Amino acid sequence: MSAITPNYGYLRGSREIDNTVDTPGHRAALVLGNKTFHDVTEAIANVAERPTTNGWRVGFALSLALLGMLGVTLTYLVSTGIGVWGNNQPVAWAFGIINFVFWVGIGHAGTLISAILFLFRQNWRTSINRFAEAMTIFAVMCAGLFPLIHVGRPWLAYWLFPIPNQMSMWPQFRSPLLWDVFAVSTYATVSILFWYCGMIPDLATLRDRAKSKLGQALYGIFSLGWTGSSRHWVRYERMYLLLAALATPLVLSVHSVVAFDFAVSQLPGWHTTIFPPYFVAGAVFGGFAMVLCLAIPARAYLGLRDFITMRHLENMAKIMLATGLIVGYAYATEFWTAWYSKDHYEQSLFLFRLTGPYAWAVWTMLFCNVVAPQFLWIKRIRTNAWTLWLVALFANIGMWFERFVIIVTSLNRDFLPSSWHIYWPTWVDICMLAGSFGLFFTCFMLFLRFLPVVAIAEVKAVMPQAHAHGGHDGAKPSKEDHSDYWPEEGLSYAQHKAGQKK
Amino acid sequence: MTTELETIPDATIDEQDQAPQLVGLMAEYKDVDSAVQAARVVRDRGFKVWDLHSPFPIHGIDKAMGLRATYLPWIVLIGGLFGMASGIALQVWTMSIDYPFLASGKPLNSFPAWVPIIFELTILCSSLAAVAGMLLLNRLPMLYNPLFNKPRFRRVTDDRFFIVIGADDEKFDEIETMRLLESTGALLVDKVED
Repeated sequence: MSAITPNYGYLRGSREIDNTVDTPGHRAALVLGNKTFHDVTEAIANVAERPTTNGWRVGFALSLALLGMLGVTLTYLVSTGIGVWGNNQPVAWAFGIINFVFWVGIGHAGTLISAILFLFRQNWRTSINRFAEAMTIFAVMCAGLFPLIHVGRPWLAYWLFPIPNQMSMWPQFRSPLLWDVFAVSTYATVSILFWYCGMIPDLATLRDRAKSKLGQALYGIFSLGWTGSSRHWVRYERMYLLLAALATPLVLSVHSVVAFDFAVSQLPGWHTTIFPPYFVAGAVFGGFAMVLCLAIPARAYLGLRDFITMRHLENMAKIMLATGLIVGYAYATEFWTAWYSKDHYEQSLFLFRLTGPYAWAVWTMLFCNVVAPQFLWIKRIRTNAWTLWLVALFANIGMWFERFVIIVTSLNRDFLPSSWHIYWPTWVDICMLAGSFGLFFTCFMLFLRFLPVVAIAEVKAVMPQAHAHGGHDGAKPSKEDHSDYWPEEGLSYAQHKAGQKK
Repeated sequence: MTTELETIPDATIDEQDQAPQLVGLMAEYKDVDSAVQAARVVRDRGFKVWDLHSPFPIHGIDKAMGLRATYLPWIVLIGGLFGMASGIALQVWTMSIDYPFLASGKPLNSFPAWVPIIFELTILCSSLAAVAGMLLLNRLPMLYNPLFNKPRFRRVTDDRFFIVIGADDEKFDEIETMRLLESTGALLVDKVED
């Protein structure tokens, strides 16, 4: 087996295995530690099977406390009215929509990893896709909550859907706000399908290993009687490919539609065609930052360092750097357009952003989203879990402030100075934002406790021994069969190095 | 047959129902290579009611088993077309036929504005069709399966590979088929009973 995993060294000053080097002619291994299929099952199923740890209890209790706070503030909000928020005229959107765009943006990384990286055959996605998909679903749940309560009378939220009603009226299909209803609900549905369908074979693994009656029954029901039949696998894989192909344009459309909410209006700072691609890039940037923020502690805590390796973290860091540059470019374009347009309102708005009472938020955003990711050019920072986590945290903060800047600075000053009004959030706003993290982390902690956190079957399928070595129908393996599944045989990393010296 | 059955007392019929019936033969393999080689042998013998069970999808198994391509994509296409048609019908009918309402002087049938929702409904319906179609073609959920009676079979979701030949296959013969499976390098060949 030594031929399959090169002899990696350790990263300087850490226990982290350095698999971030590329040797020409030798694919980097996706799973470290010369694992057998059974080792993979053990390592991942163990996360859901081991007794509840105190660390988990503490994390869950904290999340639950925040969720409780959300419950209390929600009750207060609904029973009193949205006057308890800091929203005013003209800043009618404020935290409700900032949080919505923030959370729905975070949701994008999950589908990007599961669908787009799947179509591009980025096999390293298999270790992190389950994780990221779960994050997507919980983030979309948090996102869905805010517009729902932002409508003011959430018990009438069904008016958003084209359901025949006593007023015999229909929602306005020309409005991007209604497009959003369809885009976000489609996105939530497809994300759940993708996540659940991907999990069926792994739920069957847990079913077959479950000791308790309850575990057998629940995993048994949700794994639908999966037997690993090849006839099933063939259709299943086709379905997975089709879902990926469908989810790819979907994920790009969702944040574009969210961007239309702004871009279609006439307001300075919003009325710009760059918004859809800029929002999508920002969503991917923020989403990957969130995946890193969660994955770095989780892999250490759950003992999954051999699956979510430094190479995975580094790949995500690179995507963050790339999308961070796109975001920085979009900011520059916005300012340039404001100047070049010679539009009085546009120009004064961007000047107001840099110098007005919200300038601190704008500079926070610029530092977190433009300056901080530049540190990822340095390999030592990119391959150190601590510094990488810090940069990802900055990106998350920066992306929240980006939405704050877009919504609040643009709304509080429109065309008529008589209607200008400064906005500040109230304690209810802040508690609900913190509470939404409670909802997110409560779901996430439950996911870490009871479900397969890494796609077991998919990881096995990208391991070298998953391939029949006889080639198709006994033929010698051809060059095109060489893939990540099948590193070149016979040479260890050390041997390869030795060969180069000669 | 009917006359014979009528002469048997009820109790015996019950017993016959309860007596384990042979559903098929199950052969266990320890790695992908031997399982795929065995699958080719079984395929070439012309068996129809058989399957290879594995912990993960094996690359190229459709050829090794001689499986036809699934027509799932066609189901998805139909789902997508249905979604698209319903998106168009919903918006054209509600906005320009059922309740014509002039908004900002835009045409009643503002087709460019319908596109996002048509797109979303197309994706939604094709995704639902993909999942429903896969489950339907695979006859899932099926919570009971005679294979689950075999404790060894639990390793199919871990690290073992199984070929199961159904007793209702035309070419099935308990002794012959068992010999065939044994000759393919199986770790163990066992009866599956229900």
